[in-house]
Amino acid sequence: MIEYGAADRVKVTLTVNNESLTGYASSRMLLSDFIRHELGLTGTHVGCEHGVCGACTIQIDGRPVRSCLMLAVQAEGREIQTVEGLSDKGTLNRLQQAFRSHHALQCGFCTSGILMSMTNLLNENPTPTDDEITDILSGHLCRCTGYVGIVKAVQSLVLENIARENGENA
Amino acid sequence: MKPAPFTYCRPDNVEQVLDLLRQHGGDSRILAGGQTLMAMLNMRLVEPKILVDISMMEALRFIRVADNYLEIGAAVIQADLLAWTDLEQYAPLMAKALPWVGHAQTRNKGTVCGSIAHSDPSSEMPLCLALLGGEIVLRSKTNRRMVKAADFQIGTLTTARQEDELIEAIRIPVPADVSKFAFQEVAIRHGDFALVAVAASHSPDGIRLGVGGVADRPEVRHWEHLPEDEIDTALNDLAHELGGYDDIHASAGYRRELVRTIGKRVILEVMA
Repeated sequence: MIEYGAADRVKVTLTVNNESLTGYASSRMLLSDFIRHELGLTGTHVGCEHGVCGACTIQIDGRPVRSCLMLAVQAEGREIQTVEGLSDKGTLNRLQQAFRSHHALQCGFCTSGILMSMTNLLNENPTPTDDEITDILSGHLCRCTGYVGIVKAVQSLVLENIARENGENA
Repeated sequence: MKPAPFTYCRPDNVEQVLDLLRQHGGDSRILAGGQTLMAMLNMRLVEPKILVDISMMEALRFIRVADNYLEIGAAVIQADLLAWTDLEQYAPLMAKALPWVGHAQTRNKGTVCGSIAHSDPSSEMPLCLALLGGEIVLRSKTNRRMVKAADFQIGTLTTARQEDELIEAIRIPVPADVSKFAFQEVAIRHGDFALVAVAASHSPDGIRLGVGGVADRPEVRHWEHLPEDEIDTALNDLAHELGGYDDIHASAGYRRELVRTIGKRVILEVMA
């Protein structure tokens, strides 16, 4: 049985954006704080800390989840993707570029979480319907009220993906 | 906010979980998906001394059909149950209700039994279990017992679970082939707490309607015969019987109106 006391300093090793990283956590440290303060990856934002706002959403083993509702010590050995893993050496990926083109962000606080959810949505289904996009978006709050731009950005990729599929079938 | 300090335990097997529960009782909390408990820890609404993590325990991650019951283990994640290919066949109501449980991002971590353990009056899983006449399997070091959903949820966030008991699984009777089910809810934002949630079934013994979010626990009513022209009166009586309450999101009157409106929709849906 694993047991970590309240004052223990626990070594946590996990894979973040395909790189093995190690940090130290107390038993009560949230994964969101571990990612930001121990690993120094501050792209993951912390909003409400009770799972409502979605700003801290990351992917664990390929699934989007709230990093504020998980303990760092639970992430030992797990595979994590954060927003830092999306761009290629500073070049925005397609989704990030679409967000930029469609003004899908104003202050940007909610953006990293939304990008992680939408990345998963498009991975699982390259051509989601508008309802499927807004259903996933309902798991995020944007206080700049930028939802229209966000939906347009994702829709633009859906149109590209449909065109691509048609091209391949032609 | 951050959780108050606690000792984190990840037992290797169920026996060790039961030992910890017997030893620490009310000072301990079971951590499964954590989609409610972690939020409560962060807000310091609960400050357990020991956190017992069962989220990675394979022995509690089972979905199985036995003796005409569907059994769902304590570590089964909501998204995994929703993705189970036989769900529509064995628990069609759960298939309809699960997409309403939280958001996709919380369903990826939250457990079915965790929803039952938390017993929020507006929560979807306790409502389904109550409507279906399901059972909760409780295990302690010395005992294993089954409690009917109606006897388990006593009131708001309050259950019949003893401090040394683990919710090992829930059991849902597999419905007759001819049964029909419907589910609806109204929330401020899809995935938020329901203002009112309703579930209905139509089986050979009549019509059942379950209502969540109005009383302090899900309430179920059964009609052997419910002629279409009596639905409005029956629902109006039920709405006033349940009462409802005013809060920042909705008035008691609006909640009663939702019982009448979406209650009728699901009843007509299962009667069709």
